[in-house]
Amino acid sequence: MKPDLDLLWIYLRTTPLLGLAVTLIAYQVAIAISGRLKGITLANPMLIAIGLIVALLLATGTPYPVYFQGAQYVQFLLGPATVALAVPMYANLSQIRRSARALLPALLAGSAVAAASAMGIAHLLGATRTVVLSLAPKSVTTPIAMGITEQIGGEPSLTAVFVLMTGIMAILLQGPVMKLLRITSWSARGLSAGTAGHGLATARVLLQSETAGAFGGVAIGLNGLVTSLMVPLLVRLFDRF
Amino acid sequence: MLPALTLLIVCQFLGELLTRATALPLPGPVVGLVILLVLLIVRGGPSEELKTTSSSLLRHLLLLFVPAGAGVVTQLDVLGRNILPAAIAIVISTALGLGVTGWIMQRLSPTAAPGGEG
Repeated sequence: MKPDLDLLWIYLRTTPLLGLAVTLIAYQVAIAISGRLKGITLANPMLIAIGLIVALLLATGTPYPVYFQGAQYVQFLLGPATVALAVPMYANLSQIRRSARALLPALLAGSAVAAASAMGIAHLLGATRTVVLSLAPKSVTTPIAMGITEQIGGEPSLTAVFVLMTGIMAILLQGPVMKLLRITSWSARGLSAGTAGHGLATARVLLQSETAGAFGGVAIGLNGLVTSLMVPLLVRLFDRF
Repeated sequence: MLPALTLLIVCQFLGELLTRATALPLPGPVVGLVILLVLLIVRGGPSEELKTTSSSLLRHLLLLFVPAGAGVVTQLDVLGRNILPAAIAIVISTALGLGVTGWIMQRLSPTAAPGGEG
């Protein structure tokens, strides 16, 4: 009986089906859990699924590359999904044109401040270079952020965690910051939520105002493009110091 | 579904080719996004089919981050050693990003002229 079990184990470790099945199951379990914990920002299905898989890999002593053999087929769809973001962006195009004069300077400045201050503060507090680079695109929607990190030589898995932390922070800080600076217009509130806190913060302001949600959506897409162009320059600047 | 998926993959492929050929410091899929956006502007909008395909892909977007995110298992000690600087950087930079964007947007918008509710 024993040799058969060994063979079975060898089969399981070499077939990509195991990693693929684990990913799909963990995600659906995560959706069920996050549905039960509705209203808790931290109960994000992505975060729960990652937690479940990390726990499983650690508990079974499975190396990440063995898992990734199968999981890569899920990851592959991330490229086409990023391209598909063009469709909702196109729907927002008239909104962008109408308010371009205020929107573009605000977005450029906010995007630059968010990325540069994150890198600078982390560096001053002694974070390693990998961490600083992985922090740079943290305000951007996850698929684009992970692409940027890969491009500049950071660690995409760290970026996935940082992006989520940023979205949660933006939800918590949005109200107090707007109150402090007396920002009352919904377009300004929406734009800042989307620029600093991507889809998570945008989903939150959408509950308060449709206008805010629309400007948040505009900001998510534009900030992805702006940050993609800006971060490599910031990294070059950072390396001078 | 199939023609739309083909279009998305061709756009991504062209994006990857373009970034490599020109050494642009941009992720290939982001260039693919721009290519598709230009295409949509030229054609005057997406087909119904492209709309449904892209929205079904985007509906499960969170799933697509899970494999790479689970890679954090190889970074647990890096994350543990850097969590405090990273968390402080995230809190401050997010507050700054929110404030700067919102403040400039309100200042420059004609609809939110001075004398408003602020």
